[in-house]
Amino acid sequence: MKILVCISNVPDTTTKITFTANNTQFNTNGVQFIINPYDEIALARAMELTEGGKGTVTVINVGTVATEPTIRKALAIGADDAIRINAEPHDAWFVANQIAQYIKTNPFDLVFTGRESIDYNGSKVAGMLGELLHIPSVSIVKKIDINGQEATVEREIEGGKEILTIPLPIVAGAAEGVAEPKIPNMRGIMSARTKPLAVVEPVEVKLIEEVISYELPEPRGQVKLAANAEQLAELLHAEARVI
Amino acid sequence: MSVLIYTENTDGKFKKSIFEAVSYARAIADANSTDLTAVSIGNVNADELALLAAYGADKILNVTSSNLKNFVNQAYASVIAEAAKKTGANVIVLANTLSGRGLAPRLGAKLEAGVVEGAVALPDQTDGKFIVKKTAFSGKAFALVELTSAIKIIALTPNSFPVTENSKPVQVEEFNVDTDPANFKTMLKEIVRSTDKVSLPDAEIIVSGGRGLKGPENWKILEDLADVLGAALACSKPVSDAGWRPHNEHVGQTGVVVSPNLYIAVGISGAIQHLAGISAAKVIVAINNDADAPIFKVADYGIVGDAFEIVPQLTAAIKQKNKA
Ligand SMILES: Cc1cc2nc3c(=O)[nH]c(=O)nc-3n(C[C@H](O)[C@H](O)[C@H](O)COP(=O)(O)OP(=O)(O)OC[C@H]3O[C@@H](n4cnc5c(N)ncnc54)[C@H](O)[C@@H]3O)c2cc1C
Ligand SMILES: Nc1ncnc2c1ncn2[C@@H]1O[C@H](COP(=O)(O)O)[C@@H](O)[C@H]1O
Repeated sequence: MKILVCISNVPDTTTKITFTANNTQFNTNGVQFIINPYDEIALARAMELTEGGKGTVTVINVGTVATEPTIRKALAIGADDAIRINAEPHDAWFVANQIAQYIKTNPFDLVFTGRESIDYNGSKVAGMLGELLHIPSVSIVKKIDINGQEATVEREIEGGKEILTIPLPIVAGAAEGVAEPKIPNMRGIMSARTKPLAVVEPVEVKLIEEVISYELPEPRGQVKLAANAEQLAELLHAEARVI
Repeated sequence: MSVLIYTENTDGKFKKSIFEAVSYARAIADANSTDLTAVSIGNVNADELALLAAYGADKILNVTSSNLKNFVNQAYASVIAEAAKKTGANVIVLANTLSGRGLAPRLGAKLEAGVVEGAVALPDQTDGKFIVKKTAFSGKAFALVELTSAIKIIALTPNSFPVTENSKPVQVEEFNVDTDPANFKTMLKEIVRSTDKVSLPDAEIIVSGGRGLKGPENWKILEDLADVLGAALACSKPVSDAGWRPHNEHVGQTGVVVSPNLYIAVGISGAIQHLAGISAAKVIVAINNDADAPIFKVADYGIVGDAFEIVPQLTAAIKQKNKA
């Protein structure tokens, strides 16, 4: 079984988000970049599913040379090889088209993405990939198992969950619960340096969206401390009018 | 120009998030002096469909084919694309629900339409542009995104637009499309209903517990509070990691991002990753025995004290108020 894991390079979760250039650019100054946490979960599941020589795991990233440390980290965790499509990841549409193009000439049985990237929060790449490749996609996967040529997928729905069976190939957007992220060991870190990382040039894509600017949420006012529960209930009722 | 809204149903009923999205789509149609068509897929009765007109749908396309009873994003995307073609829609609105999130990007790719997932305001159409505000960086910021494609798709965040009555005559049209069998590879094996009374993403009130509660056996006091408020339960990440609560209750940057009117954080310190998930909450209440806990920096109201004492007292006080 051949599995492809799409990884995006995102600011560490503790990052305080600020912007520059009149709020048009994310301030990367001093920001630590990591593998998107959901992609780490996907990678961990991909390794479990191919354990014991049952297949291979390739990671793919659309990014400039600056993302290579993140790709090497994925190799250190345990991916067999990596592809970097050499372009700024303009948006999900651009990224999905690049990856779809690659998959068309290099087919995979299972394509993992994360449920969403924690920076732009599109939740878009998985569904777009599915549509571009004309194969099923499940965007928020809670559990996934493969039996022969069929995937059993658990998906969260309003008020419960659905269990689906789908013939491969599919695109799955991994969410919490799919697997526990794996930490690279010394051997992994050593071998990551020599694992293949192929650089592929992008195809042309007509762009259809553009981030114009960013805003930070309104700062919240001072907290009003209540002396006891009765007073709190009264404040929520009479002042905040939320109960 | 015309506006299309996909109105997802849950067991034949529309949730509040759907009426919000209809109201939102109506506002876009009005701003462009055009009409709004709703497309409903599955078994929804006439009374329920009529509600869509009450919130502003000029026309309702009702798709009842038996093979479309269960949600399959691939098949639903093709039906909605057909509806868009039929109505000449250039704006398509959905609610950003769990299913909506799987559907919108497929529809976008099919129609080569730009997609904004997680919109929080009406599009700004000044100077012929189309700019939509959405959450970004997991609730730590907003992005203003301009869509330049011919068709534009918006998935609206629940609780970010008020439900607005705007009654139109009820006009329902049966709409059935031939869908390619290749769209139906996904087979539904089973639906497992959760016992949760209120689902987290569209909850108006949320009671959330952190590590300060010490163990799963202590959730009873939060359940009681949630019961008197009609609230959904949530938790911090370490709580679900420890298996005290299910993963789908974990709120934050790597969990659910919520947008309730009231979020009550009990025994939660307020780590940046947790706060990311609640920045859209209108009112935040903190109950924590450490006055220096960072949660008090974002809370609107709070009590410094022991949760095991305060939560039952709060439940009792609210019960009193409910009676009054
Ligand atoms: C990659 C990554 C992603 C993460 N994503 C998330 C996320 O999405 N969501 C999330 O929540 N966390 C996330 N975290 C974890 C986050 O950093 C914090 O560790 C976590 O939010 C802390 O949870 P807590 O507030 O329940 O526990 P603690 O930080 O341990 O806080 C417990 C609080 O309870 C209070 N307390 C103790 N006893 C009582 C009592 N008797 N009465 C009242 N108060 C009491 C204490 O004063 C303290 O403030 C993430 C971390 C990483 C590294
Ligand atoms: N630049 C990228 N390169 C490779 N995969 C990506 C990239 N951006 C996003 N993805 C994948 O798409 C998923 C969802 O991203 P998004 O649609 O942006 O929320 C991520 O979890 C990744 O798996």
